[in-house]
Amino acid sequence: MESLLTSILGTNLLTTVIYCALPLVFVLTYALIAVLGEVKISAWMQDRLGPMRTGPWGIIQPLADVLKLLQKEDITPSASDKFLFNLAPFVTFMGSYAAFAAVPFSSQYIGASLDLGIFYVFAVGSIGVVGLMMAGWSSNNKYSMYGAMRSVAQIVSYEVPAAMALMIIVIYTGTLNLQDIIVAQGGGIWNWFVFGGPKADVVLASGRELQASWANLVFLPLFLATFVMYYVSALAETNRTPFDIPEAESELVSGYHTEYSGMKFAMFFMAEYANMFLVSVVASIAFFGGWQSPYGTTIGALVGVPWLSPVEEFLWLAFKGFFFVFVMIWLRWTLPRLRVDQLMYMCWKVLIPFSFGIALVVGFLVMIM
Amino acid sequence: MSGYFTDIKDGIWTVLVGMTITWKHMFVKKVTIQYPDVKRELPDRVRNRLYVNMDDCIGCDQCAKACPVNCITIETLKALPTDDLGSTSTGNKKRLWMPVFDIDIAKCCYCGLCVFPCPTECIEMTDVFEFSEYHRKDLVYHFGTMTPEEITVKRAEVEEYQREQDAKKAAAAAAAAAAKKAEADAAAAAKASEAANIPPDTTAPVS
Ligand code: SF4
Ligand code: SF4
Repeated sequence: MESLLTSILGTNLLTTVIYCALPLVFVLTYALIAVLGEVKISAWMQDRLGPMRTGPWGIIQPLADVLKLLQKEDITPSASDKFLFNLAPFVTFMGSYAAFAAVPFSSQYIGASLDLGIFYVFAVGSIGVVGLMMAGWSSNNKYSMYGAMRSVAQIVSYEVPAAMALMIIVIYTGTLNLQDIIVAQGGGIWNWFVFGGPKADVVLASGRELQASWANLVFLPLFLATFVMYYVSALAETNRTPFDIPEAESELVSGYHTEYSGMKFAMFFMAEYANMFLVSVVASIAFFGGWQSPYGTTIGALVGVPWLSPVEEFLWLAFKGFFFVFVMIWLRWTLPRLRVDQLMYMCWKVLIPFSFGIALVVGFLVMIM
Repeated sequence: MSGYFTDIKDGIWTVLVGMTITWKHMFVKKVTIQYPDVKRELPDRVRNRLYVNMDDCIGCDQCAKACPVNCITIETLKALPTDDLGSTSTGNKKRLWMPVFDIDIAKCCYCGLCVFPCPTECIEMTDVFEFSEYHRKDLVYHFGTMTPEEITVKRAEVEEYQREQDAKKAAAAAAAAAAKKAEADAAAAAKASEAANIPPDTTAPVS
């Protein structure tokens, strides 16, 4: 893909810029769709119609929202720490966006095919927490402060089970490279990790061969539980309902971004939605075959149109990502908010023991098989 | 310990139950009424904007007195004996001009208390509720039917009439006073003539 771009554009610099900006274009488009999805789905689930007056069925409502946010006054509270206050939204968004660098959007497009892919995504994603803390602290507002502290406590605790869940997949595949993990799930829906992983030997992108057979079905319940654990932790990490206690509109007036307005608020909003998509994409990469199609091959490969395959792969990944974002929205309008003690109970007493237990079992099984 | 596992099982199960419920609700018929395009039918006896039928209003001020927030302002002028204001549809004769009949609907609390005392049933609550304005002062409704010129003319006429009446009254009073004085004088004279054995003067005014 990079060489293709270079051959079209001729210059390396321009190629790099475009190459880096592609995910941004995608994330922005996605955010618009997700915002619309959020308002519409919430409305439908509450037997309402949602926005109906901007465009047919209100489909350009998110654009109107963006326009509104652009016009809004950009307020910096006089008693805030100006430097940190203004920096925080960018740090938060940077954290979410930087993680997209290692996300393989298709077999041909990946910002950086890192051997430490999962590790990088996790590490960089955590920078967002710094932004949240900066925002909460510098706002000089007790609600923001509480929100930030809650959010940090929550994200730090839930990163453990989330990382552990992904570690289980890593134990199985023996690689942290996201592209490799996807390749390991090629060949059809039954080879996805959520269904127990590959059922026949596969050669990873790095050239290593992964031994597998139908005996892998023993992994099915383990990986299924792992997926549920990862998804729950991911929900908590993105501060989504039922884990939205850091934002908690009804008690904390939106938590760490209480004092933000206009485009700086929009940056937080974008970061949240980008994060949602990121964890959804990581879930689909680790458990649902990433850009692999459920039937194991692509129409492009079948009819012999080579350029079609990457496009299809991208569409599959986007579809899976959107699906999990949809489930997040669905959960948001289903469940009430947890209490802080329930949140901690769930993390430290349920998710962490279970993830460690499953990791042990999977490690043992991988060793003997 | 068994409680721990049943909790987890219940946790997962109830989330799934909740999700089925919300999923089903995505497809039920929506309750939203698309307001400006579709309007809900209002009940028969809704209390919304007031309307005053000035043809029937006799200016009795009952509604203004009943209003708990004083949003009705009525000024009246007595009609001259020569004026004919006609009568209401209920047959009451109208006796007052009304230069001012204002209802400040912004203050109105839609209690409907002004409606009941009206003797001619000319103030009533309609079902109109879409009357927002950009300025609060535009919410003061002027029901008075007289133009400013008419009001000035009428005021002057009434004042003139009043002055005439006052003058007449003053004249009458003066006359009365004069009569009294004359009577008193006559009485005194009579007494005097009686004393002088002179018959009383019958030409002196008596009343
Ligand atoms: S409805 Fe009530 S508040 Fe309104 S004008 Fe009549 S008496 Fe006054
Ligand atoms: S009570 Fe009726 S008749 Fe009397 S002033 Fe009010 S509206 Fe007119």
